[in-house]
Amino acid sequence: MEVTYREAMREAIREALQKDDRVFLMGEDVGRYGGCFAVSKGLLEEFGPERIRDTPLSEAAFVGAGIGAALGGMRPIVEIMTVNFSLLALDQIVNNAATYLHMSGGQFHVPLVIRMATGGGKQLAAQHSHSLEGWYAHIPGIKIVTPATIEDARGMLATALADPDPVLIFENSTLYNRKGQLAPEAGAVDIERARVHRAGRDVSLLTYGASLFKSLDAAAALAEEGIEAEVIDLRTLRPLDDETFIGSVTRTHRAVIVDEGWRSGSISAEISARLMEKAFYELDGPVERICSAEVPMPYASHLEQAALPNVERIVSTVRNVVRTHG
Amino acid sequence: MGEFRMPSLGADMEAGTLLLWKVQPGDRVKRGDIIAEVATDKGDIEIEVFEDGVVEQILVEPGSKVPVGTPLAVIRSDGEQVSVPAESAGPAAPQRALSEMGPPTELQPPPRPAADRRPRISPAARKLASDLGVDIDTVRGTGPGGAVQRADVERAAETKGALREVSERATDRTGMRRSIAAAMARSNREIPHYYLATSIDLSATLSWLETENEKRSIKERLLPAILMVKAVAKALGAVPELNGYWSEDRHQPQESIHIGFAVSLREGGLIAPAIHHADRKSLDELMEAMRGLIERTRAGRLRSSEMTDATITVTNLGDLGVEAVYGVINPPQLALVGFGKITDRPWAENGAVGVRPVVTATLAADHRATDGRQGAQFLEALKRHLQEPASL
Amino acid sequence: MKPVSSRGTRLPVGREHALHLLRTMLLIRRFEEKSAELYSAMKIRGFLHLYIGEEAVAVGVTEALEPQDAVVATYREHGHALARGIAAGPIMAEMYGKQEGCSRGRGGSMHIFDAKTRFYGGNAIVGGGLPLAVGLALAEKMRGTNAVACCFFGEGAVAEGEFHESMNLAQLWNLPVLFACENNLYAMGTALALSETVTDMTRKAAGYDVRAEAVDGMDVLAVEAAAKKAVAMVRAGNGPFLLELRTYRFRAHSMFDPELYRKKEEVEEWKKRDPIVTFAGRLEDEELLDDKGLQGIETSVGAEVTEAVAFAEAGTWEPSDQLERFVYSDRRE
Repeated sequence: MEVTYREAMREAIREALQKDDRVFLMGEDVGRYGGCFAVSKGLLEEFGPERIRDTPLSEAAFVGAGIGAALGGMRPIVEIMTVNFSLLALDQIVNNAATYLHMSGGQFHVPLVIRMATGGGKQLAAQHSHSLEGWYAHIPGIKIVTPATIEDARGMLATALADPDPVLIFENSTLYNRKGQLAPEAGAVDIERARVHRAGRDVSLLTYGASLFKSLDAAAALAEEGIEAEVIDLRTLRPLDDETFIGSVTRTHRAVIVDEGWRSGSISAEISARLMEKAFYELDGPVERICSAEVPMPYASHLEQAALPNVERIVSTVRNVVRTHG
Repeated sequence: MGEFRMPSLGADMEAGTLLLWKVQPGDRVKRGDIIAEVATDKGDIEIEVFEDGVVEQILVEPGSKVPVGTPLAVIRSDGEQVSVPAESAGPAAPQRALSEMGPPTELQPPPRPAADRRPRISPAARKLASDLGVDIDTVRGTGPGGAVQRADVERAAETKGALREVSERATDRTGMRRSIAAAMARSNREIPHYYLATSIDLSATLSWLETENEKRSIKERLLPAILMVKAVAKALGAVPELNGYWSEDRHQPQESIHIGFAVSLREGGLIAPAIHHADRKSLDELMEAMRGLIERTRAGRLRSSEMTDATITVTNLGDLGVEAVYGVINPPQLALVGFGKITDRPWAENGAVGVRPVVTATLAADHRATDGRQGAQFLEALKRHLQEPASL
Repeated sequence: MKPVSSRGTRLPVGREHALHLLRTMLLIRRFEEKSAELYSAMKIRGFLHLYIGEEAVAVGVTEALEPQDAVVATYREHGHALARGIAAGPIMAEMYGKQEGCSRGRGGSMHIFDAKTRFYGGNAIVGGGLPLAVGLALAEKMRGTNAVACCFFGEGAVAEGEFHESMNLAQLWNLPVLFACENNLYAMGTALALSETVTDMTRKAAGYDVRAEAVDGMDVLAVEAAAKKAVAMVRAGNGPFLLELRTYRFRAHSMFDPELYRKKEEVEEWKKRDPIVTFAGRLEDEELLDDKGLQGIETSVGAEVTEAVAFAEAGTWEPSDQLERFVYSDRRE
């Protein structure tokens, strides 16, 4: 069955609403407008305004209300249009959602799911193109998942809702129209393990989100040159599945990290550091990173494309890493 | 001007940690002086200097672990001009001196810091080389900037037929064990050993020894092992091809006879430090040398030359009841002589069987350097010398 | 809006209830005085914000709540916690940092939590608790219970966007929230008039169509009566209500505060309206309490505080190897 990422996500929300009365969706324009990326289109008609709640433009209030509702026994799915708007709710996410379990000595857990769109590439300029998922992954107490595939778009939400702790789902906005095959029986997937998407012996490409597909394209191109890249979709940025990516680097002895976030203090920096800590003696060369250029995202298409990781950069970086001067 | 470097105290030593300096800049040193202590996988070792001169500059501070060959200090040889103005310190001084001081011809650049010389070797390559017993310094790097990568080490190891031996690497994690494992695995891999053995009647020797020892205080008494060491040294005079090294793919016999005497350590493992010029020492001198050696080995205070200079190894497992020793040569040496326990055995001589104290001497030798014929000659000479203790 | 007061009227409650209100206020007062002493003795560390002077607010409002209701408080919440019925021992042990504390020593003075009494903290971000209360109320509404969420916050919080967003959302969705604004006139050291153009909180509520009333926060009976009326309206499904409780903090903002921002005379003037002294005097005037009776309450409260300190002292330190617990839940659904 061929579906889009958007449809897979919508189906996941629909299924959650059907299965559990405690689940409801709340956010800006999720109802009558149908969701700013049309993910929730049709759900208002199906589930009514009590469970598909359009909110005012009050990110702090409705994210905080999501936390309160979770504390009060509900299973809210809060949609924040895009990651940049989540900054208006940062107090609620970082000071409340992430801390309540700990501050209360384990008495109050927050089974909240927050979904938001992330990433650049659509000429939306500096305030609508952030990739802050790695930044959020700095925070203990919340979990960060980044579904890239149709299966994960379909399956991560159910697992996130079943999790007793707050889970933030980052959906790269360039993926919504992406089509793929989905098994009719597709359902919940784990949100704990990274996944090897393509096996290879020469280098490990560690990535997540929309960069997964750039990395897979790069791996295909590299294969024609005789370079076999292993491509790993991290899937969850917190907690990181060290075992899988370190296992891969232990086989290939080389790592290239592709991360749409800015380089400084990024999740790629964290992964690189863990490779140094836990796999130093497996490395046959320095860990390389392909990140977004360190500028607020420019509007002009050619500049934006130059700022983002792309297939050519991945290919040439890998080539340099693997190349030997025999 | 000479550089005092981190010595290689064994084929298996990659690096050492400088523990302390016994000198400071300005101190006069002469050849043989102990000027530093270094911690190695095998223990702490006193390092001697090999030239006369004055310590000009200390390059490595205590606590630093540096690869073998790293300059540790600069020693100005006697008669050499002072190269750096006395009041200046540190490597920046010469540049300042260029503009402020006399003609540049009088100046020499300071030694390049050790870091500049550090080869580019990937962590994985370094680990693999260590696992395979490949000397990383001999591997040619083909990675970016000439870096040595795993593939380079694998190629080097394959050349030596080393790869199949990986599984044999020691599992014991201690440094000593690893070092021994690396050396022995390399030996077994690289050296085509041949073995010869002979039994030697020691009746005359032992009664001679008994008489001799009556003249000595308990402390000065000679052990049978001393006779064996001396006999080996003498026998090497007859078959000098067995004394020396196989290095850089060629046979390099040595004139000096420095006998490595295997000493097992209480905490496990063993070291075979050298008794220098064993052929020229009297039995009493040898006894004293051996006592000192054993004591310092176990205290971890060996001199660097004692760690590296042996040209052959003697191992004696007689005190453990072993009858014969078929040893593994300590590379790059050419041979190893083993002695078992002196036991009373039935012994036929002149058509009659009697009981005699007998020892089995064995020779493990490198077939690349010598043949069985030379080995046999050596054992024959050894037997002769051992049975004529007065000649020792 | 003029604050509602009960002064000059006959006591509207029975003797037993009146003595209960007095005792609870006195327990808070003595507990906090002891806390200040223990802070100086370095038994308690971190920030310690005392509620002394404002006891009538927590006691009066909490009296209006039912066990099924949820409470969200601020970092100045010892009074609310005690009034809500959390035992003094675990609160004191929490301030000591002991694992017998009500938050296992993970929270301290500013983060008192208790699931049994639905006490959701202890929030140290001014205004941060309001959206939570809105969400708790949303949950009650969606689940069809008649519980309400009561949110205490200071007047300083009305300068935060979260106050306005929460007022709007609660009214928009008709949620059962009691907004209890403790107006003690100072946000730390900044007087209300220096930070707000509109200083009457009820007028701010009017901007969101939220019903509101101002009450004399030094008068426990007035607070209780107003809170009961407000809670009843909220519980009946009429949406949120804002109570402005006009009160005053007698002590500094926290332990390390030289109080440069207000005059001693002003503090002394307010102390004449001490909610405990005036209420006790009123009970004596009405011959419901005599010196002996008051002494009896003091003795009983003193014993409870002493016992709380003993409990905290006897508490144990959580082993450091437990450090990373309570970051994520051990259990799954």
